[in-house]
Amino acid sequence: MGIAETYSRGREFAIERPFALVLGVIAAVLLGDLLLGLATGQTQFADIGTLVWDGLMRGLVIGLAGIGLSMTYSILNFANFAHGDYITAGAFSGWATTYLIAGLGRADIGALLLVGAGGSVYGGTIGIGMLSTPLAVVAGIVVAGAFAIALSLGVDRFIFKPVRNEDGITLLITSIGVAFALRYLMQFVFGSDVRGTTAQPPSIGLYLIDGTVFIDAHDITLLVIASGLMIGVHLLLQRTKLGKAMRAMADNQDLALITGIPTERVVRSTWIIGGGLTGIAGYMFILWKGTLGFNDGWLLLLLIFAAVILGGIGSIYGAITGGLVIGLTASMAVLWIPSAFARAAAFVVMIVILLVKPSGLFSGRSTA
Amino acid sequence: MSVRDDIAARIPGGDAGLIVLILASAYLLYILAGIGLGYDLRGQLNSIATLTFYIGIFAMLSLALNLHWGYTGLFNIGIVGFMAVGVYVMALVSKPVFVAGGAAQVGGLGLPLWVGIIAGMLAAAILGLVVALPALRLRADYLAIVTIAMSEIVRFSFLSGNLQEFNLFGTKVGFGGGSGLILDFVPPLEALFRSVGLWGVYLGFVEAFQAIVPRNPKPVVDGLIYGALLLGFVAVYFWLLKRTGESPFGRVLKAIREDEDVANALGKNTDGFKIKSFMLGCALMGLAGILWLMPQGAVTPNFFRPRVTFFVWIALIIGGAGSNTGSVLGGAVFAAVLYQGPRYFQNLVGTVFPNLDSPSGFGQAISPLISQFDPVPLLLYTVDSIRQLQLVVMGLVLIWLMHNRPEGLLGHRKETASVISLDRPKSMTAADGGTDGEVRTDGGVTEDDSTAAVEGGASDE
Amino acid sequence: MSDAANPPVDDVANEGNDDALGAFASGVETTEQFPLQVEGLRKSFGGITAVDGASFEVEAGTLTGLIGPNGAGKSTTFNLITGMLKPDSGTVTFNGEDITGLEPHEIANRGMVRTFQIARELSDMTVLENMMLAPKQQRGEKLWRSVAPVVRDDVREQEEELLERVWEVLDFFDIDHIAHEYAGNLSGGQRKLLEMARALLTDPDMLLLDEPFAGVNPTLEKKLLTHIHELREQGYTFLLVEHDMDLIMNNCEHVIVLHQGKVLTEGTPDDIRSNEDVIEAYLGGNV
Repeated sequence: MGIAETYSRGREFAIERPFALVLGVIAAVLLGDLLLGLATGQTQFADIGTLVWDGLMRGLVIGLAGIGLSMTYSILNFANFAHGDYITAGAFSGWATTYLIAGLGRADIGALLLVGAGGSVYGGTIGIGMLSTPLAVVAGIVVAGAFAIALSLGVDRFIFKPVRNEDGITLLITSIGVAFALRYLMQFVFGSDVRGTTAQPPSIGLYLIDGTVFIDAHDITLLVIASGLMIGVHLLLQRTKLGKAMRAMADNQDLALITGIPTERVVRSTWIIGGGLTGIAGYMFILWKGTLGFNDGWLLLLLIFAAVILGGIGSIYGAITGGLVIGLTASMAVLWIPSAFARAAAFVVMIVILLVKPSGLFSGRSTA
Repeated sequence: MSVRDDIAARIPGGDAGLIVLILASAYLLYILAGIGLGYDLRGQLNSIATLTFYIGIFAMLSLALNLHWGYTGLFNIGIVGFMAVGVYVMALVSKPVFVAGGAAQVGGLGLPLWVGIIAGMLAAAILGLVVALPALRLRADYLAIVTIAMSEIVRFSFLSGNLQEFNLFGTKVGFGGGSGLILDFVPPLEALFRSVGLWGVYLGFVEAFQAIVPRNPKPVVDGLIYGALLLGFVAVYFWLLKRTGESPFGRVLKAIREDEDVANALGKNTDGFKIKSFMLGCALMGLAGILWLMPQGAVTPNFFRPRVTFFVWIALIIGGAGSNTGSVLGGAVFAAVLYQGPRYFQNLVGTVFPNLDSPSGFGQAISPLISQFDPVPLLLYTVDSIRQLQLVVMGLVLIWLMHNRPEGLLGHRKETASVISLDRPKSMTAADGGTDGEVRTDGGVTEDDSTAAVEGGASDE
Repeated sequence: MSDAANPPVDDVANEGNDDALGAFASGVETTEQFPLQVEGLRKSFGGITAVDGASFEVEAGTLTGLIGPNGAGKSTTFNLITGMLKPDSGTVTFNGEDITGLEPHEIANRGMVRTFQIARELSDMTVLENMMLAPKQQRGEKLWRSVAPVVRDDVREQEEELLERVWEVLDFFDIDHIAHEYAGNLSGGQRKLLEMARALLTDPDMLLLDEPFAGVNPTLEKKLLTHIHELREQGYTFLLVEHDMDLIMNNCEHVIVLHQGKVLTEGTPDDIRSNEDVIEAYLGGNV
């Protein structure tokens, strides 16, 4: 390829994709700023390592919870604003179980079931952790998933199903109603305080050039469980008949109806898989960050939407990739901007993707 | 058509009659409850003022949202962000200049209140433009996500320490961060009456009011007058939006909501119309936010949680999107029943049983029920937590409305989008050719009037 | 926008005519012999090339048909001409002006208006509102003019003028009896009439009709054709996409055959009828 050709191609690119060009320039500036910081010693490699690790963990949670949102978004064709509160509900149910098992006999059962509402009992005091109370944590994970499944099926049966044939906006507004009812019901029961849920887990320090990056047991737990579940969903969608039916329905609901895929069954499976992953994501999120409040899921939801749109609605790989990108953005943005705006940076990434490639990175509406 | 569609038809005065009827019943209910509880006149007047305040606020917000959603089909769920920007910019412009040692942590530019209000509205409109430019071409659900994300970005920004204080034109200003901002400008009513030279008259009126409320009547009168002022603003919003809707401009908005491609193919620059509609609505939301918080004395970022947006949506959906009358009605019903109602109820319970000791948490509330079948603590806790449960109820109401009455209380009501009545002008007589007044059922054509003797005619395949 | 072909609507409405048509036909002042010229139009979606270098011209005052087997690229060509899609390459010239890549509304405002294959009435608006929407350069489309007192009287005046025109067109199309009906309640045929009436009210020079007869009963089809022929005699230019070969052959002066995104051939209906390639394309080209 001659220089002239390269030049003219470059020019064509610049004209046709001005946004992409601007983005490239911005990325270059940010990278340059980072390298300069590293060279002058203002930024440490270990700091970056810590932020990357933090972003990776956050991204796994977002990705895991995003799979469910992405699936219902494409198969049922609406943005479910109650999804964030499914996360919270899963987390509360799972953590109530964990508290109960870990703290039985050491504290009042009511206080344990309410996850220490009003400071009646502290997770740290009971010594909750993956290594210290493994049974309680595993049971919590299972219950979180199961409860979120039951919740999403129940809500679907009584609330979404009657309006499923309306347009997506009707369902979206309905889901906002569900979100508020759920969220404040949880506040009513569990109180509005943010409680600490775990004891400090043991961690190992990894030496990185000029400092240490700490990785704790709960990070590893999250990594193992999230990647395990992601691989599981992949196999399910690729290898089973159900998975094929779900992908077909995501692509075209009418077609799926004609070709005789039992759609109600597919819809139910969607809620089961999505709900289960969402509940577990909620539990793991709390295990990883160590605090629990009734607003956690809602605050995470907007990042999950960002991830799902970024990856392309309907694509589970898109949701996972989008989750990682959004998680890394939210964590690493503090290298350049004040931490209060880190979350804003994640939204900006989403808006930019909407501008440049509205269909998302893994474009197309296929659950594959 | 359901029975309820006919309600407005049966009430004398139609829609206006219905609004008056609903408002009157709300006020009557509040007054009766007040009498039953032995409220004195002061208490009654205060409760009326508060009710009027919220009716005004929610009617305004609902009207503004109707412009976005009902007219243009723009799914804005970031309302509260535009309100926040309106209020904060207004505060920045109108707060007095910083003096060291004063009560306020930061100052403002010290400009008159009306300058601040205009600046706040402009800022909200400009934020609307910034959101609109990338998002308006997107699907409705994407716009929803972008707007709500924007409103949270706005809240986080005002919470952040970085904007807590900074220098502008050489004076120390700021947004106060998480601890909030004292709104230490001249009280709005005083500013208003002073600007028209009636402040003395107003104070005289307050003086005279002592005949009714002997001790310190000013807060009571202030509340009532401010409420009336808000109703005046509702009237202005209504007038403005009615004219906007009933015009060629509104016609294009309506067409955009129905099918944007068609409007575009007919030569309408739909993006331009959407941006204008969006910015106007945002400015009106900003103003409503300003009017809500201006008399409160202080503002904190966490007031602007997404739940406020949710309130406005419920108000609009109760009344019925697409109709201005419905928006006002929805705002009033929402304010009286769902917003103020539970709070008032809580006060009532508190007045009737003054020394109730409600449990501090759900655990203490539920355990007597389980162990001794004693539901009282749970009931007490329920009443005590009414502000959270209120949101649960609102969520359920929204679900119920979407299931049973998505078109709102007034039913499917569309106001004709034109300046004039579209009946056949009197100067024109019905055309003779082809039309003989008989209504055709299908195809618009009856067999016999086909004058279509075109060469070849139509083929039947 | 500024060319003389598009006088402000209010001027148009004032011309007294006993012929209902005259009221809206006076806007046609095409000076070009070939108002629409398409040159090397190309568009692909992913790996599939839908339009592959199509070139043709449409002569003023004619009823030109655009035909082709399924997947020949007719609808895509329409969308490319009217700005709904942006071509990968090639140019579209209208009345001597390059309009390639302009927005649909910019193209419509230059006097080329389309209808849609599936009639897209604005269902929650009445027939009258649908019609009142269409005229160009309405004063009241400026927000401040619609709202501000005094100025709104100008808007009102124009609305009254427009309304007369609208009723004339309603009479012409014989849909005045459903004027107050919501467009969503109309029958399929009535929607097609409404759509064409609405397009006419934009005061175009040229109309692009995308399968205007699809799903229309034979009686209404005749009626629509009568209207089209009457309008053509008034000087309007038509480009017609149609599936029904016979219909095109019997009504168009000129026929363009698209095949696999290219112009296979063009000519009078008789030329086309006897063209081996066309028969081949229709019989065997359906891949």
